[in-house]
Amino acid sequence: MDTRTQNEILLDVANLTVRFPANRGVFPGKKRWLNAVDNITFTIKRGETLALVGESGSGKTTTALAVARLVKAHTGSVILDGKNFLALKDEQLRVARAKLQFIFQDPYSSLNPRLNAEAIVREPLESLIADDKTNHDQVIDQLFEAVGLRPEQKKLFPHQFSGGQRQRIGIARALATQPELVICDEPVSALDVAVQAQIVNLLRRLQHQRNLTYLFISHDLGVVQHMCDRIAVMYMGKIVEFADRMSLFNNPQHPYTAALLSAVPSVDRERRSKFKRILIPGDPPDAINPPMGCRFSSRCPVATIACSESEPPLKARRDGHLVACHLVSDSGESPVSITG
Amino acid sequence: MNALLKVENLRIELSTRAGVVPVIDNLSFELNAGETLSFVGESGCGKSMTALGIMGLLPEKIGRIASGTILLDGEDITKAGKKRLREIRGNDISMIFQEPMTSLNPVFTIGEQIAEVLRQHQNLGKKEAWASSVELLDAVRIPDARRRASSYPHQLSGGQRQRVMIAIALACKPRILIADEPTTALDVTIQAQIFDLLEELRAQFGTAIIMITHDMGVVAEIAERMIVMYAGRMVEQGEVDLVLTRPRHPYTKGLIECVPHLKATVTEERAELTEVAGIVPSLAEFGQNACLFASRCNLADQHCLQTRPVEHHFDSQQISACWHAENV
Repeated sequence: MDTRTQNEILLDVANLTVRFPANRGVFPGKKRWLNAVDNITFTIKRGETLALVGESGSGKTTTALAVARLVKAHTGSVILDGKNFLALKDEQLRVARAKLQFIFQDPYSSLNPRLNAEAIVREPLESLIADDKTNHDQVIDQLFEAVGLRPEQKKLFPHQFSGGQRQRIGIARALATQPELVICDEPVSALDVAVQAQIVNLLRRLQHQRNLTYLFISHDLGVVQHMCDRIAVMYMGKIVEFADRMSLFNNPQHPYTAALLSAVPSVDRERRSKFKRILIPGDPPDAINPPMGCRFSSRCPVATIACSESEPPLKARRDGHLVACHLVSDSGESPVSITG
Repeated sequence: MNALLKVENLRIELSTRAGVVPVIDNLSFELNAGETLSFVGESGCGKSMTALGIMGLLPEKIGRIASGTILLDGEDITKAGKKRLREIRGNDISMIFQEPMTSLNPVFTIGEQIAEVLRQHQNLGKKEAWASSVELLDAVRIPDARRRASSYPHQLSGGQRQRVMIAIALACKPRILIADEPTTALDVTIQAQIFDLLEELRAQFGTAIIMITHDMGVVAEIAERMIVMYAGRMVEQGEVDLVLTRPRHPYTKGLIECVPHLKATVTEERAELTEVAGIVPSLAEFGQNACLFASRCNLADQHCLQTRPVEHHFDSQQISACWHAENV
């Protein structure tokens, strides 16, 4: 175990905004922007798993890419282990990159088809770790064992592996530089359900063994419930609810979270009889012209006039549960009830 | 009561580089009018092949129905000619696919695409067909259907496109709707909308639904009976509630337990997920006289490796193709 305390904040993201130019048509005009991530703030504690959940287009992946500097943030800061990651340059950035690694969704397109498994895992070691190269072989051997691949598979190329095995190579590559924060972007959603379980178990085991911190992105709320300690729910680039696992799943407060949870089909008969479906009509609105006030107001089953007039701030309610909704009471009572 | 669709000893073969492979191997089941039946399994287990076989849409020259019968109201449609099959498709059986993006024609408006089906199958005139397609768009809850009928597929969201697919599929009020992973590409809140829509349409028109999915939650939510497929073979069949609470095949049990389902109450406890070791067998291994699941099964013994399991019928009407069905 580390000498640092368990509760220390590893990642501190403040006021992060990512925007893309969204000029439609061929005529130059006033520049319009799409705010894919709009002024969000969150922290991750060392050793915990934070989930970003939400529907497609809600800004989950863009947030992760901006944190890793794979897309440019428009404003905001990302403090990784005490250093402003977005401001680092050259050698300092190289050293810091070793601390933050990425596992991608698609194990088919995220591995270089021209490199064998060993070379894929070796790449981050050679480019990010400065120390002498003699112990790289040993590190690679250990990684292959840790992710459940056999030593003789080192010489095989990506196309010779199954989807689950490829994701294991992706995990080994991410762990090669001994990172502290691993961003997992939908790491199991491209896999068959039986293989998903193997990867989910592997990620949890590695987290305990290596004291890893995960930023976990998923649209599968069952997997999130199983993997994550705290959850941030995103809707149209904003965090609308932020809470720990038990509190969020047992007592969702934002109407969107409640609707999202109620829409998940479940094999549990008790859950199906206990929870009623909260239907939200239509599709998310156009991201270039988001609705005035609360962005969910156009689909919210309980929205009032006030909701489309001013934007609700993300405010602490009971048990440190953060919610951005005008209608949630200070004691944390949701305006919609999912049981009944 | 006579079943609406009765499939008996169906065998579908594909010619591959590894030789001729039975991708559907001795499948029998019945579908009653107005019923929802679900096919479940991992990718490559034959769920979609079953659907294509019933629709007469197997890949030409590569796939064929080698033996068995598919009786639609007593008529064996494996013997039907091309013309008759075209009548059956659309009028009696229709299908919606996983990818609503790629199954619509990008250069025609959605109104034209629905109207085409009506003109082909019901000999409606141009004007009547257009009017009906607006009504159908309204029935699948496309807002402002009159104006939207003139939209092109790229102007719609994924959920709306799937609604259009459903409108096309239901245009001729078929008796059977085959839905092949219709919501896999959609978000959960949109998925819930589509399921509600299917349920309403089923109540309204009495359409029987064959729902192909890999998600046990979906099965639990909408189907009455289910068939679990593995490597081209049916491994379990029964009423959804019974199968989910007491699976009689180790593969079904594994499929249910390996997914972290949302429970009524989330507790502190998070046990490791049950893993089903290994992966689905390759096509070359299909058709052997053995239990194809044996290599991944912890109940397997020598017998499983040497003889294909016979179907074990339980009092509960559950059927399990496992030598150890009693001990699961």
